[in-house]
Amino acid sequence: MSVELDVFVGNTTIMDKEVYQLWLNGYTVNDAVKVRIEGGVMEECEASAEVLLSDTMDQYRTFQMCERLLHHPAKLANQLLFQIPPDRQAMLIERYYAFDDSFVREVLGKKLSKGTKKDLDDVSTKTGITLKSCRRQFDNFKRVFKVVEELKGPLVENIRQHFLLPDQLARDYAAIVFFANNRFETGKKKLHYLTFQDFAFCAGQLINNWTLGAVDNIMEDMDVDLDKEFLQELKDLKILITDKDLLDQHKSLVCTALRGKTNVFNEMEANFKNLSRGLVNIAAKLINAKDVRDFFIDLVEKFIEPCRSDKWTSIDVNLYLTHYTNSVHILDTFKHHAVWTRYMGVIKSCILRMYHD
Amino acid sequence: MPGKLKAKIVAGRHLPVMDRASDLTDAFVEVKFGNTTFKTDVYPKSLNPQWNSEWFKFEVDDEDLQDEPLQITVLDHDTYSANDAIGKVYIDIDPLLCSEAATVISGWLPIYDTIHGIRGEINVLVKVDLFNDLNRFRQSSCGVKFFCTTSIPRCYRAIMVHGFVEELVVNEDPEYQWIDRIRTPRASNEARQRLIFLMSGELQRKIGLKVLEMGGNAVVGYLQCFDLEGESGLVVRAIGTACTLEKISSTLPATATHPSNSSPSKDMKDSPQAAPSTLGCRSTHSSPVHSASSRLSQGFSVSVPTLLFAGMGSGGSAGKEGGPLKALLRQQTQSALEQREYPFFTLAAFPPGFLLHVGGVVSARSVKLLDRIHNPDEPETRDAWWEEIRQEIKSHAKALGCHAVVGYSESTSICEEVCILSASGTAAILSSRFMQDGPLDTEHRFEEVVSPGCGFCHIPYDELNIPFPAQLTYCYCCRRYKVPDVLFTTIDLPTEANVTGKGCLIQARLCRTKKKAQGEGNATVISNLLPFLEYELHTQLMNKLKLRGMNALFGLRIQISVGETMLLGLASATGVYLTALPSPGGIQIAGKTPSDITYEQHISNMQKKINDTIAKNKELYEINPPEVVEEIIGSPIPEPRQRSRLFRSQSESSDEVSELDLSHGKKDAFVLEIDDTDAVEDIHALLTDSPTPAGFYSCNTEIMPGIQNWTSAIQMFTSVRVFRLNANLTNQGLNKIFSDLCENLLKSLYFKLRSMVPCCLCHLNFTVAIPEDELIQVAVTAVAMSFDKEQLLENGKQSGEKTLIKAITENDEQLQFNLELNAETSAPNPLSSPKGLSEVGSHLSARASSVDYSSFADRCSSWIEQLKLKAHTIRRGSVKTTSSMEKASPLPEGRSRSLRSNRSYSGSSVAVVKMTPLSFIPGAKIIKYLGIINMFFIRETTSLREEGGVSGFLHTFIAEVFAMVRAHVAALGGNAVVSYSMKECVFMENPNKNQAQCLINVSGDAVMFVRESELESTSVQTQSATTHTSNGAEGT
Repeated sequence: MSVELDVFVGNTTIMDKEVYQLWLNGYTVNDAVKVRIEGGVMEECEASAEVLLSDTMDQYRTFQMCERLLHHPAKLANQLLFQIPPDRQAMLIERYYAFDDSFVREVLGKKLSKGTKKDLDDVSTKTGITLKSCRRQFDNFKRVFKVVEELKGPLVENIRQHFLLPDQLARDYAAIVFFANNRFETGKKKLHYLTFQDFAFCAGQLINNWTLGAVDNIMEDMDVDLDKEFLQELKDLKILITDKDLLDQHKSLVCTALRGKTNVFNEMEANFKNLSRGLVNIAAKLINAKDVRDFFIDLVEKFIEPCRSDKWTSIDVNLYLTHYTNSVHILDTFKHHAVWTRYMGVIKSCILRMYHD
Repeated sequence: MPGKLKAKIVAGRHLPVMDRASDLTDAFVEVKFGNTTFKTDVYPKSLNPQWNSEWFKFEVDDEDLQDEPLQITVLDHDTYSANDAIGKVYIDIDPLLCSEAATVISGWLPIYDTIHGIRGEINVLVKVDLFNDLNRFRQSSCGVKFFCTTSIPRCYRAIMVHGFVEELVVNEDPEYQWIDRIRTPRASNEARQRLIFLMSGELQRKIGLKVLEMGGNAVVGYLQCFDLEGESGLVVRAIGTACTLEKISSTLPATATHPSNSSPSKDMKDSPQAAPSTLGCRSTHSSPVHSASSRLSQGFSVSVPTLLFAGMGSGGSAGKEGGPLKALLRQQTQSALEQREYPFFTLAAFPPGFLLHVGGVVSARSVKLLDRIHNPDEPETRDAWWEEIRQEIKSHAKALGCHAVVGYSESTSICEEVCILSASGTAAILSSRFMQDGPLDTEHRFEEVVSPGCGFCHIPYDELNIPFPAQLTYCYCCRRYKVPDVLFTTIDLPTEANVTGKGCLIQARLCRTKKKAQGEGNATVISNLLPFLEYELHTQLMNKLKLRGMNALFGLRIQISVGETMLLGLASATGVYLTALPSPGGIQIAGKTPSDITYEQHISNMQKKINDTIAKNKELYEINPPEVVEEIIGSPIPEPRQRSRLFRSQSESSDEVSELDLSHGKKDAFVLEIDDTDAVEDIHALLTDSPTPAGFYSCNTEIMPGIQNWTSAIQMFTSVRVFRLNANLTNQGLNKIFSDLCENLLKSLYFKLRSMVPCCLCHLNFTVAIPEDELIQVAVTAVAMSFDKEQLLENGKQSGEKTLIKAITENDEQLQFNLELNAETSAPNPLSSPKGLSEVGSHLSARASSVDYSSFADRCSSWIEQLKLKAHTIRRGSVKTTSSMEKASPLPEGRSRSLRSNRSYSGSSVAVVKMTPLSFIPGAKIIKYLGIINMFFIRETTSLREEGGVSGFLHTFIAEVFAMVRAHVAALGGNAVVSYSMKECVFMENPNKNQAQCLINVSGDAVMFVRESELESTSVQTQSATTHTSNGAEGT
């Protein structure tokens, strides 16, 4: 004796947020029922486990049927099969495209390829997120990547329009796409202390300042790639460390400005040349794609770690970077002010964001 | 050439990828009507083609316009091989043929394929130019309006109700033709879909012709059904009620074209056919496409002695040979047969004052053998079968002293070659005022018409000559007329009825095994089982009704489904406590073997449980009958005992005691004897019905008494379950499984809809089927409607007042009808009116009558004369308006006034289309009926597992059907479907072959509504303006 068939179809599609989340999290129907029973919905509504199972199955089926539409969220609004109120549609989309920070940290900067997808079971074991959910999140990244890769215009706006995502989520996706495209290394041990939001912030800085779309307002440009011309010009900054006069002059300017204003003045003075070399070398190497990938690891190794071992506070770092950036403009033989500003603006905010435990 | 059909193909979207290589599609469209086909250009390499075609014009007879659908096929162009079909859209042109319905069909319609389901959408424009054709011998009936709604549609007024129309057409089922062996499933499905479209078009046209013949302009309560008889054919049949409707326009003054007293008064009681002579038409048989194809025949036929449920006596133990079976035999044989017309009405709700008395449920069943004999000379078998049944129904009604049958419906259940035909309705006496006899049916009416709140409960039959054992008492409202102790009906609860507390869904469920048999043997077995099945269902209903402390059933629907090894019976109804009827007695259990002490204890335990349940239910449903009885004791009403020899031994006073005291040992308690295990099971079954969870109410009628302040939140749904049984189950085992199946389904519904609490599941419509051996299928369609809890308590009074006030403002329109009633109405004893309403009612109505009278008096002298005439004969000749109460019937606007604050929904890119099985939308006013929706779809799959198994397959299909209904309604310019129903859901599977097939037939009325909140400001103004103008206009 068994229920062979059991369906419920409403004129307005009924979707339970809680069950949707369980489905998104990759729970099996039976696990979801367990979770729901523990959640106490049964007592609340005088239901039995049987009823709960039937409802869960039904909802899961509905979500599966909707999933195809969720892959193209714009379709959800003008499809005829399900009558879903607009606020519900927005909820469905937002939750479908939401991701776990711990998951995204694992794949951030990796190529969104079949190979990476195969390794998802490792990610799943490591993060405790179900494989199903990992796959969904990964596929979402890949889908968004594929769509916006070829599109012109501002990245965040493109994502928002094509996937109808709320602003913050669209920005996060922009970061993911940007990282995947430039293959930034984020998995090294030294970078483990950084959260996804740290990276997303940095990605936002890079997108807004270092891509072609950042300088020109021409819509044809893409936000996904760094401005090659700019990277080329960055090589000119090398003069700051190769020209001994400039380097000394720069140092004395910064030291003058900082004297008495910080507790780590001596360490700073001692380390100035090292730190400056580090930052300028990063700039000079960015023309090579391989070094672009190491951008974050370089920032940590060349700047953040030395500062941290000298016990700089973030106020110290902020102070130092401000004066380090500004005093260059006083150097009379230095001509690449625009490039310097464009470079250091991003470096400064990235470092400040990344400078924590 | 009386019509020009024009179609334009605009664009497509979301088309499927037909060319794997390019991931694109080269789509074009074929537009076909009749034998003419047009094609658009190929729009290459796009999933969103923009054809923007010219207008394709078809010049056709209006007969064809009615029969044929416009067929749109989307194809993928293929240079090297045959073009692949993407899918089809059938468009019913009928709504465009009626001036008052839609004028254009325009919008995105889903492209449907019977194998793949919906595959994208197509944007089309369709128009019709009709030329007037004055040919009196024409075969078309353009312009006749069809409504599924079983009441007078909201924005119309009934001028005349002509009566019953019926028709059936027969054809061979394409699925069973020889050619089906060699063609693809798709071709076969499409042939079937198309044929059914054609047949229903033809059916509608023929019914329309009959309506025109009768002088009507509309069919209300149109019910169309399919009988898939397999090898022996396909029957499409329809019944309905022909009416003359007039649109209530807000600009024109209300003019009632009353037929002036042409025909003399008749005593309705003596001549049941007092209804117009044109009433009813003979069905003409025809098979439209292949005339030689119907080889239907009748090899066997048994007419089952039918039950007659009315106020069936509840005294004493329920012996098997009890009343109902022999009930009708006495009066049955007389006059009925020479009458060929049927005074039947498919309406379930009526214009005020139309329904006078209700006798009880009448039903008839007949077992027939579908035999394929090759005798095309006998094509009228089906007609003959139905005729037989209708005659039976008619004679049942007559036995109840009634001349009409209302809430009438017909259904079939087919298993292999056996077919059970069923018809049921409610015997009633109707006022002649909407019939051709005109309003001047004098003397007789005088005694008949009483206060509308209880009048319909008064027995129509002669109390000295009751056709069945029943306990009669004096009406608890007016104390003037006799009422039965219980009342079963198939109609909706009349809005004017006085009800105590709330109602609830009551179901009786029964499963009976039967031996496998063939042919006549099988039919005999079934027809032998049927009476027992019906009897037990009835007993169950009665028990459950009493368990809830209620005394009347509305919307009773008994479905009997036949399978190879079992019979299923499901009776659903809404139980209520009618204030006019006596309080039901309790249920008493008596043991047969008194010796054992533990047994005694067991029994008393059970008794206690039952008593507790009754008490709990009374509380739950707020059944506290008004204690008016005491006040009346000194009244000059004669003691009932002296009058009626049929009365049982107890007096009324004992009844009153019972209201307070639920103790056992009551004389009129319903006694259940536990003499065998069966009875024990019965009692257990009685108690296993779990109560609805807090915040939920349920009913299978249109409205729920006691709840009126609906919010605009409605949720229509369909739920289907199929249950596989083990072999070798006993009757009891089966019963329990079936009952649990229904209970669990209900529980699931409550759980699903918990976010809508407080809410009521209205119009819960269960259908059961036995798709194959060991499978039981239950399908439910209903609507969940939220209501405001805060106002729940005071609501009764408030809305009552509001409707009364409303009634006064609108009274003018109605006056022509009301006045006669006013005059006739002898004042009901004010004390006996239900508490809240009585004072308000009498006060307001008094005012109303004076106003009305004065504004009216000088207008129409003939009515005045009539009045005078009546004034002489009235015993207590006060002119008193009760019409204000009656006016409350069609969704009193006052009811939804409290809902003004409802938030309005922001629009999305796809227009929202509401669906509801009810005839109204809460908080909204229907401003236009756009035409009938009647759609038939077949879906088949050969990859069942891949589509998510049977559940996934059916889930998708039902969602697709909803989507197509919504899209067609939106294309007609509507934003809702009312009176929606899923009339057929035939599901077949073959999991071994990974295949499944499903047929679904849905229908409803496409409408356009406006929210009351939007309407409010303007409507109040126009409303008053209207009354003024109408006053003025008519006054001159």
